[in-house]
This record gives sequence, structure tokens and C-alpha cells, in this order.
Amino acid sequence: MLRFAPGIAIALLALPVIGGLAGTILPAFGYLPALGGGELSLEPFMTVLGQPGLLRSSLIALAAGVVTAAISIVLVALFVGGWSETRTFHFIQSLVSPLLAVPHAAAAFGLAFMIAPSGFLARLVSPWATGWERPPDWLIVNDPLGLSFMAGLIVKEVPFLLLMTLAALPQVPLSASNRLAASLGYGRVAGFLFTTWPAIYRQIRLAVFAVIAFASSAVEVAYILGPTTPAALPVRLVEWMNDPDLSSRFMASAGAVLQLGITLAALLIWLALEKLCGMTMMHFCEQGRRYRSDRLLRLAALVLIALTALIVFGGLAVLALWSVSGLWQFPDVLPDALSLRGWMQTLPRIGNPLVTTVTVGLASTLLSTLIVIGSLASGQRDGNGTRWKLFFLYLPLLVPQAGFVFGLKLFLTHGGVGATWAALVLVHTVFVLPYIFLSLSAPWRAFDTRYEAIAAGLGKSGWTTLLVIRLPMLSRAILVACAVGFAVSVGQYLPTVLIGAGRLVTITTEAVALGAGGNRRVIGIYAFLQMLLPFLGFAFAAVVPTLLFRNRRAMKIA
Amino acid sequence: MKMLATALAALAMSATHLSAAEIEPANWDAVLEDATGETVYWNAWGGSENINAYIGWVGDELRERYGVKLVHVKLDDTANAVASVVTEKAAGKNENGAIDLIWINGENFASMKRQGLLFGPDWAQKLPNWQYVDAETKPTITTDFTIPTDGMESPWGMAKLVFFHDSARTGASDLPDSADELLQWAKANPGRFSYPQPPDFIGSTFLKQVLSEKTADPQKLLQPVKAGEFAAVTKPLFDYLDDLHPHLWRSAKAFPKDYPSMSQLLADGELDITFAFNPAEASAAIANDLLPDTVRSFTFSGGTLSNTHFVAIPYNAAAKAGALVTANFLLSPEAQARKQDPNVWGDPTVLAIEKLSGEDRARFAELDLGIATLKPEQLGPTLPEPHPSWMAMVEEEWAARYGVAN
Amino acid sequence: MPDETTAGLRLDAVRIRLDGRELVAVDSRVRPGETLTVMGPSGSGKSTLLAYVGGFLDPVFAGEGRVICGGRDIANFPAQERHAGILFQDPLLFPHMSVGGNLVFAMPGTIAGKPARRARAEAALADVGLEGFYDRDPDTLSGGQKARVALARVLLAEPNFLLLDEPFSKLDMQLRGQIRTLVFERARRSRLPVILVTHDEADASAAGGDVIEIG
Repeated sequence: MLRFAPGIAIALLALPVIGGLAGTILPAFGYLPALGGGELSLEPFMTVLGQPGLLRSSLIALAAGVVTAAISIVLVALFVGGWSETRTFHFIQSLVSPLLAVPHAAAAFGLAFMIAPSGFLARLVSPWATGWERPPDWLIVNDPLGLSFMAGLIVKEVPFLLLMTLAALPQVPLSASNRLAASLGYGRVAGFLFTTWPAIYRQIRLAVFAVIAFASSAVEVAYILGPTTPAALPVRLVEWMNDPDLSSRFMASAGAVLQLGITLAALLIWLALEKLCGMTMMHFCEQGRRYRSDRLLRLAALVLIALTALIVFGGLAVLALWSVSGLWQFPDVLPDALSLRGWMQTLPRIGNPLVTTVTVGLASTLLSTLIVIGSLASGQRDGNGTRWKLFFLYLPLLVPQAGFVFGLKLFLTHGGVGATWAALVLVHTVFVLPYIFLSLSAPWRAFDTRYEAIAAGLGKSGWTTLLVIRLPMLSRAILVACAVGFAVSVGQYLPTVLIGAGRLVTITTEAVALGAGGNRRVIGIYAFLQMLLPFLGFAFAAVVPTLLFRNRRAMKIA
Repeated sequence: MKMLATALAALAMSATHLSAAEIEPANWDAVLEDATGETVYWNAWGGSENINAYIGWVGDELRERYGVKLVHVKLDDTANAVASVVTEKAAGKNENGAIDLIWINGENFASMKRQGLLFGPDWAQKLPNWQYVDAETKPTITTDFTIPTDGMESPWGMAKLVFFHDSARTGASDLPDSADELLQWAKANPGRFSYPQPPDFIGSTFLKQVLSEKTADPQKLLQPVKAGEFAAVTKPLFDYLDDLHPHLWRSAKAFPKDYPSMSQLLADGELDITFAFNPAEASAAIANDLLPDTVRSFTFSGGTLSNTHFVAIPYNAAAKAGALVTANFLLSPEAQARKQDPNVWGDPTVLAIEKLSGEDRARFAELDLGIATLKPEQLGPTLPEPHPSWMAMVEEEWAARYGVAN
Repeated sequence: MPDETTAGLRLDAVRIRLDGRELVAVDSRVRPGETLTVMGPSGSGKSTLLAYVGGFLDPVFAGEGRVICGGRDIANFPAQERHAGILFQDPLLFPHMSVGGNLVFAMPGTIAGKPARRARAEAALADVGLEGFYDRDPDTLSGGQKARVALARVLLAEPNFLLLDEPFSKLDMQLRGQIRTLVFERARRSRLPVILVTHDEADASAAGGDVIEIG
């Protein structure tokens, strides 16, 4: 029965994506009978290429994909290299899960409130240090170069890549390599980069690709922090998709294909960068310089990592404050008056969305976990999956959502599938499964198979070995993977809005609909709720194994 | 005997249950009966907690009085709902659509009407509460941005473009009274005015206001745009904008996203003048601790744009009877009066006060419209909305000229 | 009917190849209670012989040949039907179970009832000098203690033969001798054929059986 698991996984992932892609690519070439498009033509592409500022919008998306991934990965590499096996490292490690729990939109809102001219940081120093009675007319948020946009992406990418790196660490001889490099006279960071990092990078490579794909096609963060004249391509794409002039649907589909091209271009550029970095590293490696004086570099890495955590948590704290504030004007650092009015207005109405969010999240996570475990377990037997299997797995992550979810909706409606809970769970599973796979595959493969050989020798069947030996021993990794999956499901916006069609509402769809109103109090309340659920998931993942195995010292380690 | 029972049962069922195609608003009792037990999915903008609370109240009343369950589907853009119906039509879903009622007007309405996506025509005038509607003195009730409604949408509230300022920072005497004076004011106060980036509704409204004021022949705007005359008619507008933009907030390199963002900027002190379509917006915001109580409204003596917003029913709605009952309730004096109360929402009524009974008239008379709201007599003349085709092209031209400001 | 010629373990024309290159070629018989020692330098592939006999050979290797145990060729049996008792370099006690849990897990289902199983496990612990360790957390044991528990575990499963993959190499000199003696003594007592893979001469001489050199 396990044999079918990989097949199910692929069907579950590939069919919606392929169906959705068809539903998007066909109109891009002019074919959508319901709107009068009966024959293939290149006109939609002509139209979209004629849109003003298209090159700029595309470049913003492309740059966001490559630059943010580069900065994030460098930061993670320097941090792990400089601080692994120290107490500081363990402390930062414990922050990773809560940081991951914060949805992108909430983090972006928080960042916006911190750095805006009328934001918290400005208020802290006004008017006593700056003399400002009114906020200066500075273009910080929505700046034209997209710097605050990239910052908003980086603060979420860093914890994700750090988590992936941590998952890969057990598979590399970290302490042995560290000691070896030190004995050869290399500085901490240089030693790490030369000896251990290449092996780690190979493990997390696919996660990096997922990050690039996400960053180059993310809508919410671009909407909140990105440039507006012109906006990044993904934002404009959603606008085109929703244009009341229905014939622009063709152009919008062509735009979606363009977005796909941008994502691919970003990945190709990244591959070239990888080669370049590899060669550069080899060059430096062979020179023999020891780079011992890396204290400043290590400090910088620590400060920057701490900064990302601080920005996210600080932003959330400010949002939480906004949720209970009365009128709060510049340059007051604290609100004049606190009021629970916002919460009292909102709480009665969150029952339904909350239930939907939690049930869909749990169901899609459970389904995905079962399929992933099944695939991994059966993959062991046949010798691990071929590369094209992995390609299908990551397809939902690499194809921009705005591109295929609309097509998917068309596909589902044609198939007579309405806005049902089951359909929503299925669509969420499409996005949750790859993340659970990403989180779980490294720990799974790192599992010492000799345990299973022993169990087999003791006469235990494959099922017994799986259920009694492997799964319990991997319980912590499995629960963390589930927490990641749950967080992904909670944060889904576009799929829920389109497939749920308003009948099934989650906390996130409510948050964005209300965030459209610009009311900071409401944004604060929903951001808090949006964050609470995944956070509970991660807390669960941390606490349960500790309780279950409280008498087992060896189970305490990751 | 069995045949008789079956025949009677069939007869009874057909008498009490009208098929979707046969909903006839004139037969109101049948509509009421049909509506009982239905769930109405109302797609309406959800960006304001006030409005959401009001819709929640409507839902409670509908359930109590008519047994109709109302579900407020919160949109961040009405175009999403339009897109949804398009998709359903594309998939051939001509019955049991996901949307029963849409809060709509202007471009969106024109688009849906043109594409044959609306229920009707002629159901709005058949609603029992239509008798109170002020169709005579408010032409925008039957003509939505120059497009005849044909009874395919039922009016819900009035809108008039009104400006706001914080009297603690800007004195009343300094306020501009026309688009030209606004330009002078912006030059004197750089970085303190802006408008939401089109195609946001309010942003486009600002463009329409300037266009209506500055164009040589405003009558042309009421006709569909003709290819050759677009450049000439809109030249004054774009000259004005070229002049204005360097003095705007962020030097026009970025724009506020929508009205509520502008309002937040007013509260933060980044903007000095903002505007909205709801004359009571400021009072409502003050009541909710979103703006300081020194905010006041003003308008242009030459007139500002005015329109009506509506609710419409998609052609494939599953709960048409329930939608009709909802639309009718929204027109009731009680619902309209509550809507106009700034402590609730503040949106002006579409009803004619003279047509109401004494008790209902008192409801309106008692309303405290709020300290920041101009009285109806002070609102000034109204300018008509241009034909939607103008705005489509103006928005495109705006995007081409200013959409890439960097 | 088992007799001197069919008892024990027989490796008949066992060949293990990697990419066409032959790593291991064995034709041998191991009598009950006796040990076949396989010696060779690191990387010569000696552990692959154990893997082939035990049924967990990595698919990159190509293995062939008969493995006859109790009159049957088990070379095509799945690993869990071969009843091979395996001791690796590391004791690999299941960390999420107690010491006693590890032992009880190893017991065949024929011993029913919790009290009976517990009693059996405790007896096994006493037999290796670890009385009273039933409820201990495996991670708190010393290296030598863990090795004893691993041995007790493997014997409780009533295996048909033992496969030892350098099980003593991580123990210090003093312990090594003790554990070695214990393992061989128990194997003799239970009349189990043993295949020992090692690079240590002392292990080979303590085993006292035939020695094969590989690589």
C-alpha cells in the first residue's frame, strides 16, 4: 500500500498545477471560449508587453527573487559558520520557530509601522532628537528601489533558511570539521565556509529555489511594502486578473506566463551565481590564507540576524499595541488611551473564520504528512526518487500562485466542484505538501538505518519497524514539519479566496479584506490572530515530544 | 387515491415554490415565502469595520423578520466579485451561482450589464419600499454614471465628494474652493496633499472632479468617449496634474493606496487635506477614535461629484428571492436612518424625506449628523459623473504618464 | 533432519560486486557455536557480506550466492524472516524505549503476557550482569553497559545466527576483552553460528574459528 504513496503525492500535486497552468496558459494565447476567445493568437502578449513600466515591474520582481535570497543565504551561512555550537546559537535557534509562525503579511505590516516616517522608530526620536512635529515627507515604505520590500522578504526568508540549515546539520560532520579547520589554523567562518558549507548548501538547495520562486512572485509583501509606481509584476498581475473589463482576462493570463518566465529567469541567474560563487570560493580556498581575524564579521552576522528577529517581533509588538489603542498620533510614542473597542467589535465575528482556518489547516497538514511519510518510506525501498519526482513536488512552489490558481478555479468549476470544505483542503494540500516534504526529508534521510536493520533482524515486519521505531524516533522532526505545514495553510490567501469563493473564510482572508481598509487597529488585531495559530502549532511541536520523552535523554536533541 | 395525493402534493409544491426563472418581484408575498430559509451571500467591500457592523445588523434583522440568513462576503475589491461571476459564466454555471447580491456601481455595474451578468431588468422599481425612494430629485438613482440602471440595481446610499482637513493645523480661511485653488494650495504646502493611486475608486474620483471642472465642454463627458476627441477634452486635466505632481506627498513617487490609508495619513499629520465620498466619514472616524475631533469637512462651491451606490443581483444567483428581500429591507426607512447615523456609518439616504410617514421622518430628524459633517444644505451643488468609458481611458492614460514615476 | 552437515550456516558461492568489480567471494561453512572471522582493511567491503547475509545490502551492490540456514536458502528471504542477530559498532539501543523496553521489543510474540515478558527481560539482564536496569534510560548507561544490553537484546530474539560488524572497536581495551568473551561465550552456549567482521587481530584470535581475508 505504501507503494502508492508517491503516486498519490504526484497526482495530488501535479494535477491541480497542470490543470491550473492549462487554465492560465490557454487564455494567454487567446483561447477562452466563454469570453469569445476561440483561436490562438499572440495578441494578449502584445497587449501585456505594451503596458507602461512593464520592464521596471518585471525587474523589481526579478531583483526581489535573486537579491533577497542572496542576502538571506549569505547571512545564514555567516551566522552558522560564526556561531555554531555556541550558546548564542542555541538561543537564536529557539527563535526560529516563532519567527516562522508569523505570516508574511503580518511581518510586512509590522515592518511598515516600524520604519515609516510616521512610524514607531521616528516617533521614538521625535521631536526631541529630530525636531519633527510632523512626519517628514520621506519615501521609505514603498520606495522606488524596493529596499523596504526586500527587507520585508528577508526578515521572513532568514528564519526559513535557518530552519532548513538546522535540519541539514545532523548530516554533516560539523563539530569534527570545525575542529579540523581550527587545528589547521583557519578562522571560524572561513573554516566553516570551506569545509562544511558546500555539503549543507547541497542539502538546502531546493529550499533556496523555493525561496527565490516565492520572493519573485509574492503578492502580499509587494502590495504592502513594494514600490507603487510602477508596482512589482505580481501585484499588477492580480490587478489585471480582477479588472472589471472582462476582456483583459487574456492579457492577465499572458502576464501570468510572463511572471512564470521571470521566476525561471531568477532561478537561472541563481544557478549562474552558484557556479560563480563556487569558483570564487575554490580560488580563495586554494590561496591558503587563513582569515583568522573574523571577529567583526561574526559580530556583524549576529547583529543582523538578531535585527531580523527584532524587526519582526518589534513590528508585531507595535501591531499588538495598535490593536488596543485609541487615537494614536505622531509623535506620541505610546497611545493616548487604550481601548478594547476593536477587539470587542472583532471577536464575535471571528468564530466562523477561526473554525475554518483550524479545520482546513489540520486536515491538509494531516493529509500531507501521511502522504509524505508514505512517499519517504516507500522511497527507501526503491532507492530514492528520481529527479523528475522531485520536480513535480516543487511545482506548486515554483509556479506563481496568481498564475495558476485562477486557472484551477476554472478547472474545478467546469468539473462541478463547488466551494466545498473538501475542495479547499485539497487545494491547501497542494501548497502544504512541498513544505512538509522540504522540512522532513533531511531528518528522514539522516535517520540511522542500522536501527531498522536491527529491528528486521529481530524479526519485526516493515510496518512494525516504521511505526514503533522510525516514527517515534523522528517524532520531533515530524511535528516540526507539521507545524510548518500548518503555518503555510493558515497563511494561504489567494487559493482560499478563489476556491472558497467567500463561503469558506479564514483568518487570513479576513485580514487582507480588512487590511484593505488601512485601519491600523484592525490590521493589528488580525495580524495577531494570524500569528497566534501557527505559533500554537510550533509550541505544540516543541512541547509534545518533550513531554512524551521526558525520561529519555537521547530524545531531547533535535 | 395515491394519484390524487401525488397530484395535490405537486400542485402544492409548485404553488409555494417559484422556480428561479419565475421570480416576480411584483408578487411580493410569493417572494417573501420563497425567501424564507434561504441563505443570501452578499459580496460587499469589507474594508471598514463600521460598514461591516452595519451589515451584521442587517443580517440580524433579516433573520428575525424574514427568516433569511445573510452572509457578508468581505471583498477588498468589488472587481473580484465581477471576476467570480465571469468565471461561473465561462464554466456554464447559469444557476446556483456563488453570489446572490453585490454592492456595486459605476464601472463595475456597466461591465456586468454589458456582459449580461445581471438579473433583471426592472426588479428594483417593483420593490415595496421603492415608493419612498427619491428618484425625482436624485437623477443618479436611475442613471448610474450615465448608464441607465433599467431597474437592474437597487439604490442603497448617496455619495458626494467632500474634503476634510484638521482644523488644528489648517485654518478654514486657507482652504481651497476649487481645483485651481487646490493647486495653489499644494504649491504653498508641498507634500501635504495626495490622492489614491488610480484605478482606486476614490483616486479616479479626484481625476474626474478635476476633469469636470477644467474641461472646456463638460457635456461631452456625459457621452461615450469618441476616439478622436479624448486628447483634446482631457488635455486640461493632464496639464493640471503635470503642474500638481511635484508638490504632492512623496513628490508623486508613491500614492496612498485607498481612502482609509489617506485617512490614516491625515491622523498621522502627513497629509493636511483628504477627501471621501461619504460626507459623514470624518464624523464616523472621530466617533471611532481614528481621527482627532478637530477634523472638519469642506466642499467646493462650484460643485463636486455626486453619485449613488447600489446593490445588484447576478443572473445566476441561487437565492434571488432572499436577495430581493434584502434589497428591499435596505431601502426601508429604518435601515436607511440607521445607516445615516454617523455613530453607525453616516452614509446619506436615497429616500425622499417628504414621502415618509411622520414616525419615519422623526427618525431622520433626530439624527446627529456629527460635528465634522456638513449639513445637507451646506454640501453645495452636485456635478454629474462622466460616462464610464471616459474613466477607463483616463486611468489608462494616467498609468502611462504617471504610473512609472521613477 | 538436522545433522552435523546441515546445521549451522553455509555460504555457497557468495559473490558481491560493485560496478562489475568483485569485492567479496566466500564459500564457507560456519558450525553452530563457531565463528567465521572476515578480515580486511577499511573500505574493502567486508561489511557488505554481513549486509548480504542479513538482508540489508545497499542496492548499489550486486550480490549473489546461496545462504543456507537450517536447510533453507534464505538469500531471497526478506530481512525480517532471516532471524539474523546483528550487533553493530554502536550499540544502537532504541533511545525512546527504556532498557527493558528494548529487550521486550526483541522478544518473539510467542511469549505472551506482560509479566512473563518482563520476567524474561529481567532474567536476560541479570544474565549479562545488569540486574535491576529494566527501567533505566538507555542514554544514561556507560559504553560497556550499552554493549551488554545490545547483546541481551539480540539473544532474546532467538536468532538463527549472529552477524557482528566490528562490535568491539569502539570499546576501550579493558572492556573489549570482557565484552568479547561474553559475546562468544553466549554464542557458544546458544549454539549460534557467528560471522564476525573486524580489522583487529585480537578479535580474530579470540574468536578461534576460520579466518577469511578480503581486499
